[in-house]
Amino acid sequence: MDTIYLDNNATTQVAEEVFADMKPYFTEYYGNPSSMHTFGGQVGRKLTEARNRCASLIGCDPSEITFTSGGTESDNWAIRGILAATPNRRKIITSRVEHPAVLTMSRSMAPHGYNVVEIDVDENGRLDIDQLEKEVDEDTALVTIMWANNETGTIFPVEKIAETAHNSGAVFHTDAVQAVGKIPVDMAESKIDLLSVSGHKLHGPKGIGFLYVRKGVMLRPFIKGGHQESGRRAGTENTAGIIGLGKACQLAEQNIEKENTEVKRLRDKLEAGLLEKCPHAFVNGDSENRLPNTTSISFEYIEGEAILLMLDKYGICASSGSACTSGSLEPSHVLRAMGVPFTAAHGSIRFSLSIYNNENEIDKVIEVMPPVIKRLRELSPFGRRQK
Amino acid sequence: MWDYAEKVKEHFLNPRNVGEVENPDGVGEVGSLACGDALKLTFKLDDEGKIEDVKFQTFGCASAIASSSALTELIKGKTLEEAESITNRDIADFLGGLPDEKMHCSVMGKEALEAAIENYRTGETVTHEMEGDVVCTCFGITDHEIEEVVRDNNLETVEQVTNYCKAGGGCGGCTGEIEKIIQRVRGEKKESGEQKPKRPKNLTNIQKIQLIQEIINEQVRPSLKADGGDLDLIDVVGDDVIVAFRGMCANCKMAELTLTDVVQAKLREYVSEDINVYEKK
Repeated sequence: MDTIYLDNNATTQVAEEVFADMKPYFTEYYGNPSSMHTFGGQVGRKLTEARNRCASLIGCDPSEITFTSGGTESDNWAIRGILAATPNRRKIITSRVEHPAVLTMSRSMAPHGYNVVEIDVDENGRLDIDQLEKEVDEDTALVTIMWANNETGTIFPVEKIAETAHNSGAVFHTDAVQAVGKIPVDMAESKIDLLSVSGHKLHGPKGIGFLYVRKGVMLRPFIKGGHQESGRRAGTENTAGIIGLGKACQLAEQNIEKENTEVKRLRDKLEAGLLEKCPHAFVNGDSENRLPNTTSISFEYIEGEAILLMLDKYGICASSGSACTSGSLEPSHVLRAMGVPFTAAHGSIRFSLSIYNNENEIDKVIEVMPPVIKRLRELSPFGRRQK
Repeated sequence: MWDYAEKVKEHFLNPRNVGEVENPDGVGEVGSLACGDALKLTFKLDDEGKIEDVKFQTFGCASAIASSSALTELIKGKTLEEAESITNRDIADFLGGLPDEKMHCSVMGKEALEAAIENYRTGETVTHEMEGDVVCTCFGITDHEIEEVVRDNNLETVEQVTNYCKAGGGCGGCTGEIEKIIQRVRGEKKESGEQKPKRPKNLTNIQKIQLIQEIINEQVRPSLKADGGDLDLIDVVGDDVIVAFRGMCANCKMAELTLTDVVQAKLREYVSEDINVYEKK
């Protein structure tokens, strides 16, 4: 049975070209780029090439990129680094629907005397801009709001948010882990100060990412030690990972149009097919401003884990915002923040596509899914009442 | 993905006894959409008072559906008294075990059964969650429910309580109260475990035999049954008690030790110091 992988917001397959580029740097060219000898130096040149490729994808200067271990480290560093650099400001503004890498770190600063404000979203997952504008003030050190939500795909107006932050002298960071590689990003034309990227979300390897730091933005180091990454992030470089990330960024730049045409078309087909064939189902998120690869659909009166397990029988991989998949007991904090009713929040399924999906796979899901939903509703006391 | 036993997956994919019994004798409904799982159980009794037909409808995850299916298989053909003795652990054991975090699914099965039997006996629809004071407002769990899962499953921590009945799994504001309930229940348990009953004096023969039978039933048989064995009281002659081992115990090489160190010791502790126990082969 072939696997139909529609969980690309969780992680992506490493592109063959990426793996091919990385492979020699595990076995043949394993020198330390900081070494003085030629064996290490040749690795350093490859790192420079990778940095250039990353910079090209987001339209920035290569010196503005610092490699990290991934999205979580980039997010954590941005928050801690800015707060350390601006000790006189004691307010952090974020949103209720952030990734835990941002939410947990922000909340952890409250016991240290910081005022952590989480901005609301509406029923479509759109940020309450009025509330944001009221909250940003002279005490705000950092505004950290994601570019696109990982569960619903809703895209936030980051340029407008950056402008709001700057009006009060605050720094703006965006967790762009889900956005980069899926929608065009150009830092040269942007007001964003800091931006987090993760390799494994764009067909690169896991354990590598970068933080973009605009020139002139004061940011204290998070990991201290050696002089790597111009003293901004210590530790011997994950050379194969960085090379893989560079290649992944190069491929993402080439494929960005395909993401917004072909992948979007398949996503729309999947969404329309499921909504047509499954009653009591609806899409979570902004229909206008949404990542081209993502759809979160709630199937009322049934539970997400049960749906996923039945789909697994057919080799279909997706994700659920239900509580039972995670071991927690509350459904997704994103759906709860959007006010999605319990009747639907427990039965939400996220499909996230990539350029490696094809029409046949989407047809198969549209064929398999409706009877699965019907079967689970037959088992459900609430499902039966809705007939 | 959860590491489910094969039997859990089997009962999830092919659940037994799905639906609603027509003109049921008992109906039990527990859980809610807000909680993320709910179960409706309906049953009908035959002329002998045994559960002839039982069906379920479940809103929930694979564990909840499998637990409901297992429950119906466990109680079919049983009298209500027999069905009542089934615990949530019996449901989990029937399925080859459940992940700790999913034990609340088996508890939901037990609660639905209790509610259905209550409905049969009183004609009233029992709202299980409303018995006692609500401790966990996120999931509407009462102190009675928490006490019950702590007692039935010998739970020691708040995390375990959350796994078994969800209480404390939302905002976490009730964890202090849950901790107090655990201490209270376990304190009572410890106390009652440490209290040795006084041996009654001046028993008549009938009272003595009844007490011996009671001690065997409550203090001895459960541990033997857990190992696949059993024991019957055959006769009582003065201070001589004659018993017979059954099942795995009948051929057990340790039977002699069990006879003196368990059966005789318990009867001497609770009935009379003079008791001697003999096995009828």
